[in-house]
Amino acid sequence: MPGTGARRIRVRVEGLVQGVGFRPFVCGLAGAHGLSGFVGNDPGGVFIEAEGEPPMLDAFTAGLTGQAPPLALVERVSVEPAEPRGETGFHIVPSRRAGVTIGLRDLAGGEFALVSADVGTCDACLGEVRDPADRRHGYAFANCTDCGPRFTIVSGVPYDRCATTMADFAMCAACAREYRDPLDRRFHAQPVCCPACGPALRALGADGAPVPGDPVEVAARWLEEGRVVAVKGLGGYHLAVLAAHGPAVAVLRARKRRESRPFAVMARDAAAAGELVLLEPAAERLLTGVRRPIVLAPRRPGAPVADGVAPGGRDLGVMLPYTPLHHLLADRLAASYVLTSGNLSDEPIAHRDEDALRRLRGVADGFLVHDRRIQVPADDSLVRVFRGRELVVRRSRGYAPAPVGVPWPFPRPVLACGAQLKSTFCVARGTRAFLSQHIGDLENYETLRSFTEGVEHFCRLFGVRPAVVAHDLHPEYLSTSYALDREGVDLVGVQHHHAHIASCLAEHGHAGPVIGVAFDGLGLGDDGTLWGGELLVADLVSYRRAGHLEPVPMPGGAAAVRQPWRMAAAWLDRVCGDASPALPVVARHREQWPVIVAMARAGTNAPPTSSAGRLFDAVAALAGVRDTISYEGQAAAELEARVDPAERGAYPAGLVEGERVVIAGGDLVRGVVEDVMDGVDVGRVAARFHRGLAVAVVRAVCAVGERAGLRTVALSGGVFQNTVLLEAVVSGLERERFEVLVHSRVPPGDGGIALGQAVVAAAHDRLSR
Amino acid sequence: MAHGAGGKASRTLIQAVFVDAFANPALQRLDDGATLDLGTGRLVFTTDAYVVSPLFFPGGDIGDLAVNGTVNDLAVCGARPMYLSAGFVLEEGFPVADLRRITASMAAAAERAGVRVVTGDTKVVQRGKADGCYVTTSGIGALERPVTLGESQVRPGDAVIVSGPVGEHGVTVMIARGELDIEADLTSDTAPVHEAVAALLDAVPVRMMRDATRGGVATILNEIAVGAGLAVTADERAIPVRPVVSGACELLGLDPLYVACEGRFVAVVDGDHAAAAVRALRRHPVSEGAAVVGTVEAGPPGMVLLKTASGGTRIVDLLVGDPLPRIC
Ligand SMILES: [Fe+3]
Ligand SMILES: [Mg+2]
Ligand SMILES: [Zn+2]
Ligand SMILES: [Zn+2]
Repeated sequence: MPGTGARRIRVRVEGLVQGVGFRPFVCGLAGAHGLSGFVGNDPGGVFIEAEGEPPMLDAFTAGLTGQAPPLALVERVSVEPAEPRGETGFHIVPSRRAGVTIGLRDLAGGEFALVSADVGTCDACLGEVRDPADRRHGYAFANCTDCGPRFTIVSGVPYDRCATTMADFAMCAACAREYRDPLDRRFHAQPVCCPACGPALRALGADGAPVPGDPVEVAARWLEEGRVVAVKGLGGYHLAVLAAHGPAVAVLRARKRRESRPFAVMARDAAAAGELVLLEPAAERLLTGVRRPIVLAPRRPGAPVADGVAPGGRDLGVMLPYTPLHHLLADRLAASYVLTSGNLSDEPIAHRDEDALRRLRGVADGFLVHDRRIQVPADDSLVRVFRGRELVVRRSRGYAPAPVGVPWPFPRPVLACGAQLKSTFCVARGTRAFLSQHIGDLENYETLRSFTEGVEHFCRLFGVRPAVVAHDLHPEYLSTSYALDREGVDLVGVQHHHAHIASCLAEHGHAGPVIGVAFDGLGLGDDGTLWGGELLVADLVSYRRAGHLEPVPMPGGAAAVRQPWRMAAAWLDRVCGDASPALPVVARHREQWPVIVAMARAGTNAPPTSSAGRLFDAVAALAGVRDTISYEGQAAAELEARVDPAERGAYPAGLVEGERVVIAGGDLVRGVVEDVMDGVDVGRVAARFHRGLAVAVVRAVCAVGERAGLRTVALSGGVFQNTVLLEAVVSGLERERFEVLVHSRVPPGDGGIALGQAVVAAAHDRLSR
Repeated sequence: MAHGAGGKASRTLIQAVFVDAFANPALQRLDDGATLDLGTGRLVFTTDAYVVSPLFFPGGDIGDLAVNGTVNDLAVCGARPMYLSAGFVLEEGFPVADLRRITASMAAAAERAGVRVVTGDTKVVQRGKADGCYVTTSGIGALERPVTLGESQVRPGDAVIVSGPVGEHGVTVMIARGELDIEADLTSDTAPVHEAVAALLDAVPVRMMRDATRGGVATILNEIAVGAGLAVTADERAIPVRPVVSGACELLGLDPLYVACEGRFVAVVDGDHAAAAVRALRRHPVSEGAAVVGTVEAGPPGMVLLKTASGGTRIVDLLVGDPLPRIC
């Protein structure tokens, strides 16, 4: 009952406040303070009106930020006075939609809500699923306000059941009661459902015909028999086999046409994961956290996993179940299973039922499916651990579409189109940049479609009408042609490595200038040559190429990426010329070697590159680790895996200081060649190379830093997913008392490029206004 | 240099400089030749400049290239090649013997194609101002058939045909430069295609034709898709490539789809007559390796999609310039 001193306030809460149990929380908070009023969602976030005693109102508004639910991210609470009404009780009211409710600004006008990433099943829900007495016992779709599907089922804003693929299911009376009860865990949980009313599982045979029996039981039996099972999960279809079943793993590889790229393994729980890999505390935290990424960790000797799961690597990618379905399968199997995206090599993950059944026919022996549509495909995210923090390698399910907050407002809405491989895009407005989930290799039509659909979906979801469109300088990236085809926008071309460094700056809210070390495979430089081992003096607006790795020709262009031994030929010829020693790698390619060397010398289809990735390739081939690759970065990853941690030596590398500081990569190659000739163990060669390169980088940074008067360094580019190199470079720079910025939530590889492009484009936009 | 490679950069240059300067409807179509109505009948007029290094290569030289190239441009416009002009830009000191060799092969090529070189011009420039010898030929052909050819005639369901194995000329020339120390049993595919074209026109309803020179078959397929506002879906395994060519391309890091040919053309024909078209072409030695490589589809408009051997769908884009790897 409002007393005589009752006041009323109108509150607006912005941030990640939808789909995270925020409205029920507001109800509880209001109840605790004896307030009346209502709360609801709109496209801008949460609106509240509350009435009661002024001290209670103050405590209430403070609590909105201070006591918010763990998944929420309250960015702003604004309060204005309103006319008291003297109502009773506190209610959740229907959501207001853009254009329908009077008084709301239009979507482009400024307000928008954040959509939560998908959240792994919480303990309470899992408890119910495992409790034979619960009505959700064995139910694959249990969720609550603390957990469950979000981004992958959302079709529009505000976040409401009717704007999700759960709109296909009408709540039963029992679920509706939970949904309406402010004291229930499922109070206003949009995807609430149960076996009586919600999605259901089905098992289908290889031909797509239904198979009778409990679907989980059927699928588990298939897996135990060594068959390949397609499992429709949260962000798409996966392919599963038992991890310990060698022949099944081999069959999966052959059918998926995936030669050797590692598969991820789903373990039942942290203890089971601990039997597969060595888990440091940070890795275990990431593994068990709500985002549930694949965590790369050192494989335990004798782990019950077939060799074919992750050949050539030291690490194994493990994850824990993140939906009740994955829990049920893991519980029933009592063994770990491979779970890899359901596609043929290079295609995007299948997520539409018909398409999936068509594409995976002949790949899967059976299907475990359900009838809840997947609105947005999202692969599993992939993380490593660096110095106790996460280092996201592939940012997707569980992370996207969480915004990256930047301290510099975007003057106008931006769309950044990213790169070509491992592509992501980014839409940005206000102070938020929404980096998309991993899309994949844009050379495929299917991927390009998922890119264009994704851009449209993000623009709708976050109310972004791009006025500025950023793109790479490479004219043949399909993301670039997509950008160039947009009409009525301002285009900003951003150099690839500048974008890498800017992505790191954005993640740290650091405006520069810094010394940026961008080491990756390849990106087009502003001089028309291929860069990839760059030292830039950069801020958000511009950069200067202050140094780089010694350039060498790439004989055969893209062929030299697929065949690292060609880079070995180019480097060996650079270092030793006609006096090249008869290394094993030369003997292995005896017939083609002279032609490749001649191409390098004549510059015939042999574009020069300063790429660090290609130097890793050359060393991997010279050291006998790998001559050809079947997935990007394979040779470098395997070279890293071979590093002998006990080795303290380092190949010395010179610096050539002219207008720019050039790292003499040839010196490192000479060290490798001499050791290989002397029969030195590959583990020591790999270690000496990593350490030698790191020392050279640190010295080059010192030289650039002295000239430019800078003490801060940003490290970016896919090569810095290599934690051995990263550790050596960071500790070397710290010894020289540099402040070092490294990636964590934003991938250092090309998955982070779009964010960098967005902040550079915004910086240009600010200048031009 | 990228501006001559036949890709997007060439097209941009052509659009921005030439079409703009010489604006007229016949040029704007950007066909291989211009179709002109003289009142008394239609003829096709075309011109081309030839530069190649080396000037002599297995299977041909700049001379027969200059004749065949212009003959083929006339042919794919549906015309019967008749008269040619020839212009030479010679570097001071260019051996007369070489010039004789070039003109002899031009004469032989003209004879073979049934055309006469009726006018010409020669200029000599200072040493170092030209790369030996450049040749320009223009050609006139009579348009005797009542057909209308062009992208606007293309419709969904049409079949896309390549007249023979691709990439031989470009790879041969690259190797003939002698920098690479490659021994390969390769000769240029330079040849006149007018008889094969005539046979095709007689046999089936043809929508359009293009000779696949600079930029290769991939560039032509893109021109078809963009020009027609339709999609071309090709099957990687159906595209004829001689093993020796694919081997050389693999070694050199080239995609045969983008490598120049000098005696191959792409034809779009009524899909119902695809088999008859291939039969008609295969009767001529110059197109005995003809094959249906793809079909025209309604969408996605302007795109060329290649079904790869591994089951994916690769986008075959127009190259902007010299190919630079896109892989990071
Ligand atoms: Fe990159
Ligand atoms: Mg021509
Ligand atoms: Zn829950
Ligand atoms: Zn229910």
